[in-house]
Parts: sequence; structure tokens; C-alpha cells
Amino acid sequence: MKLTAEHLGARIHGRTLLDNVSLTIRPGETFALVGPNGSGKSTLLRLLAGLRRPTRGCVRVDGRPLAHLKRRTIARSIALVEQQAETSDRLCVRDAVALGRTPFLSPLRPWTDEDDTHVDRALDDVDMRSFADRLWHTLSGGERQRVHIARALAQQPRILLLDEPTNHLDIQHQLSILSLVRRLPVTVVIALHDLNQAMACDRVGVLDAGRLVALGPPEDVLTPERLWQTFRVQADSIGDPQDGRRILRFRQAP
Amino acid sequence: MSRVISLPAPVAPRLHWLWLTPLVLAIALVAGTAIGETRIPVDTILKVLANRLWDAGYPVDRIDAGIVWSYRLSRAIVAACCGAGLALTGVVLQALLRNALADPFLMGLSAGASTGAVAVTVLGLGAGAIGLSAGAFAGAALAFGLVVVLAHAARRGMQAAGAIILAGIAGAQLFNALTAFMIAKSASAEQARGILFWLMGSLSGVRWDDVALAVPTALVGLGVCLWYMRALDAFTFGADSAASMGVAVRPVRGVLIAVTALVTAVMVSMVGAIGFVGLVIPHAMRLLVGSRHARLVPASALAGAVFLIGSDILSRILVPGQVLPIGVITSLIGAPAFALILVRGAGRA
Repeated sequence: MKLTAEHLGARIHGRTLLDNVSLTIRPGETFALVGPNGSGKSTLLRLLAGLRRPTRGCVRVDGRPLAHLKRRTIARSIALVEQQAETSDRLCVRDAVALGRTPFLSPLRPWTDEDDTHVDRALDDVDMRSFADRLWHTLSGGERQRVHIARALAQQPRILLLDEPTNHLDIQHQLSILSLVRRLPVTVVIALHDLNQAMACDRVGVLDAGRLVALGPPEDVLTPERLWQTFRVQADSIGDPQDGRRILRFRQAP
Repeated sequence: MSRVISLPAPVAPRLHWLWLTPLVLAIALVAGTAIGETRIPVDTILKVLANRLWDAGYPVDRIDAGIVWSYRLSRAIVAACCGAGLALTGVVLQALLRNALADPFLMGLSAGASTGAVAVTVLGLGAGAIGLSAGAFAGAALAFGLVVVLAHAARRGMQAAGAIILAGIAGAQLFNALTAFMIAKSASAEQARGILFWLMGSLSGVRWDDVALAVPTALVGLGVCLWYMRALDAFTFGADSAASMGVAVRPVRGVLIAVTALVTAVMVSMVGAIGFVGLVIPHAMRLLVGSRHARLVPASALAGAVFLIGSDILSRILVPGQVLPIGVITSLIGAPAFALILVRGAGRA
């Protein structure tokens, strides 16, 4: 499934959040969105998920404009994990993941064993099967994030949009979520702050003040010049002595 | 592969208590008919019902028959409908607005209803052509309309739920002030007392015409809530999350708020603003049956119905020879219950 953004623009209260962003997400790839705070990463993800209408341009899935599709239809192919979606309801992990089946259910199409199977599989994918009966408010931040991902996976999406899923997580959980995301057999668009984590993705898009200023494989995009221009940091690329992969080392501008 | 632990289907209702619902409701209705200043034995009630429904021809005292049929049964049925309707409205608004304090009167409905009722009784608006109930309904509708317009205008600056809550506060304040103004300016002491009683809720004047309105209204409310139960579930993590799971948030929210406002307006215009049912029953039911709406909706409807029938019984027997406003009873029970929930909520956060 191909997701295309054409000349997207978004404005709110006279402030430009996105300006003329065009990109194509290729089937199966893991695409990282990076950029400073307020550069438009979350806005772009919300437009790609169809939660917001762009003020300009259009998002297409397999050539069809998202605006012409029903919410239910969109939710069956695109799932979004927001930054820190919280609830004060008393619900267990399994019920939270079961919410992901919403786009497949209706008053005329009740819950079936097949839905149970999808929920089980989603729990297995994020390694949370043993937490199925735990209550939401007893979970740690990383566990909640994994449940959100499982909830999104229960939607059987072909495209998974993740908004900074590793925020506030300890390093072990950051790595486990990233390796989980790479293992998943779906197209992933992931907003990230850690540029070294972006280095491990297939392609990277750099947003700066609402504009897409660079797009391509990480080693072509995350260059010292680009990092200086966009993030105002000095960066050196060094080799990992273990596997030879490139690592970015940052210094504050003098 | 066999599942290690067999769990109940998460979003589906467990059926074993659902079929008890009509039974519990029937028992409550019979109790509401039997208990009062004159106690009426259950067999008399059943005989009157049999006589009325299929001309069974049992010999019963005519006065007993009159009390059962013309007075208490209709009253108990309307109490059940109002309790169910208000509790469901609370469930829906708390779920949609993600606010534990949301209740049926959030949108300024009770304030508007009292303004309408006062305008009719004190100012003589409509010159006797419209009754108190019609005036109250018109006032509630007007207040709701105003709050919706205000919330729509304010929505650009904030999230929809916040805009609705704040607009509701503004609307309620405005209409309460109008009511106070009219009472202060024009009402006699006797009128003011009558208004006060009406505002606290009363089932005294209820007859079969009211049943004919209350039953369909409550059933429509229940039907709409059940139809949208999965959408209500999807709001667990907020409106954006619901949208990303395929809920058409704006139309669904519009339908649910309009229907619950209609249910509330009908109930308020019939029996006045009965507080706490719509606020406390949903919270109590969440603690008992969980927050999934497949269980919460029927449980809240039943609990609201039984709670209001029980409150009505208490209002009739607590002070001999006097009927207390039912709102006083629900608040007397509701306020401590609500305080308990607040304390628990603070402990959980």
C-alpha cells in the first residue's frame, strides 16, 4: 500500500505548521521523520492518518484521496499511535487492545473468535500476552506504549504511524520498541528525536519549520551540513567498532 | 493452538445478568406501586394489572384499583424512565467529553428548563396556551441551542470537549441568572415556593400521558446508546484516538449529544431537574461492571431506573403526610456517594 503526500500545507490560527510537503511512503519500508520541536512531525502524521484535513494539497492511499474515504475504511489500513494517549478508565490491557477491532465491528457485526485471535496475535507481537489482565493504571510508560502499539496492530493496518513512541522510555524499552517496529510486517512511518535511531531506518525525512528539507537514505540525509542547518549542532559521524555502522556524535555549536 | 487462559470476549456483554434486567425492573415497579402512605398488597396490584390488561375480572377495592392504576404505577414507570434516561445521558457525556464531572445538566439544560418553567408560571408567557412542561422543554431546547452555538464558536481555540464544557457553564449561569431575575422581580412568595419545589424535582403530577412520552424517549435513548456502544468505547483514549480507530467523531458526537439532550429535556420538562442520578450512577456502575459500554449502558439504565423508583418511594414515606421533592432524596444519597468517588479518584491519580 502506497501512501502519498502531495504539496501538503497546514495552517492554524494564521500560523503555518506545514508548507508544501510532498513525499511517498513505499510499501514495506520503515520511514523516519526527524526535526526539531515544533517542526511539524506530529501534524504531518495526523494529516497522513486523516485526522486533520490539510489546508492545501492532498494525501492519497494507492492513488485515492484520503478525504474521499470513510473513517472506518481508513482505520482498516492506517493505524496511528499518538504521543501519550491516556485514560482514567479502569480497563485491562486486553480490553485496551480490543479497541483496535473497532473499525471491523458494528451493531450488525458482533465480536467473534476471529477478533480474539487478532487481539492475541497483537499482544504476542508486543510481548504483552502475560499482561492481558493487568489494569491500565498499573502499567509503566513503556508497557502502555507497547499496549498502544498492540491496539494499533489489532487494526490489521498496512501502514502504522508512530509519533515518538520511544519518548520518556528507558533505553532498554526504547531499543525493544524499535526492534519490534522493524520486525513488524507493515509499512511504518515513525517520528523520532534520536537521530541515531533514525540512522537504522530505511529512509529519513527531515522537517524544519514545516518544510521537508531533506529526504532519502539516512547516510545521505543526516549529514553534518544538514544537522548544522536544521538542528544547529555540530555532528561527526564515527564508525561503530563492533559492526562498522555509522554513529552520530553531537557537540553544541561554539 | 489452544489458549492458556479462557477469557470472556472483552467487548461483548456477559449475558447471564442481562436477562435478569426485566425481572429486577418489574420487582422495582411493583415495589414502587405497593409502598406508600397506603400499603397495597402485591396480590392486589397483580389483580388490578390483570383486570386492566386482559379484563380478568378479579374483585378488587375500587379505591385500591384507582391508586394502583391511575396514580402509583404510572408514577413508578415514569420514575424508571427518567432514572434510566438521566443515567444513560451521564454515561454518554462522561465518555464523550472524557470528564468525570459531566452530567445531564452540563449543557445548561436544567437551567434553561427552569427559566422556561418560570417564564410560563410567573410571567404568564404563552397566556396559558402552553403548560409548565412545554415551557420547560422550550427553555431547555433554547439553552441547549445557545450552548451548542457558543461551543461551536469557541471550538477554534481549544479541544471540542473543553469548549462544550465551558460553553455549558456559561449557558447555565446565564439562564440561572434569568430565572433568579424573573423570580425576584415578579413572583409572589407562593409562586417562588412552587418553583423551588419544581426545580428540585417532583413526580407528583405524573399520569399516563407522561408515560406515553417517557417510555419511548427512554427506549430511544437506550437504543441509540447500544447502537453506538463501540464508538463510546473507542473514546477511551480521547477523540483523536477514536478517530484513528475509524469513528467518525463529529457526526457520532453530534448524534449522541443531540439525543441525550433530547432525552434530558423531555425528562426535565416532565419531572424537574433531578440531580445526581446522571452523575453518580454511571460512576458507580463503572466500579461494578467496568467501563466497557456493552455492559455499562444496560447496567446504568437499570440502576438509574431502580434508583429513581427507590428514591420516589423514600420521598413518599420518609416524612409521613408529606411528599419530599425527589431531588432532595437523590442528592441526599448522591452527595455522599459522589464524595466517596472523588476521594477514590484522588487516591487513584
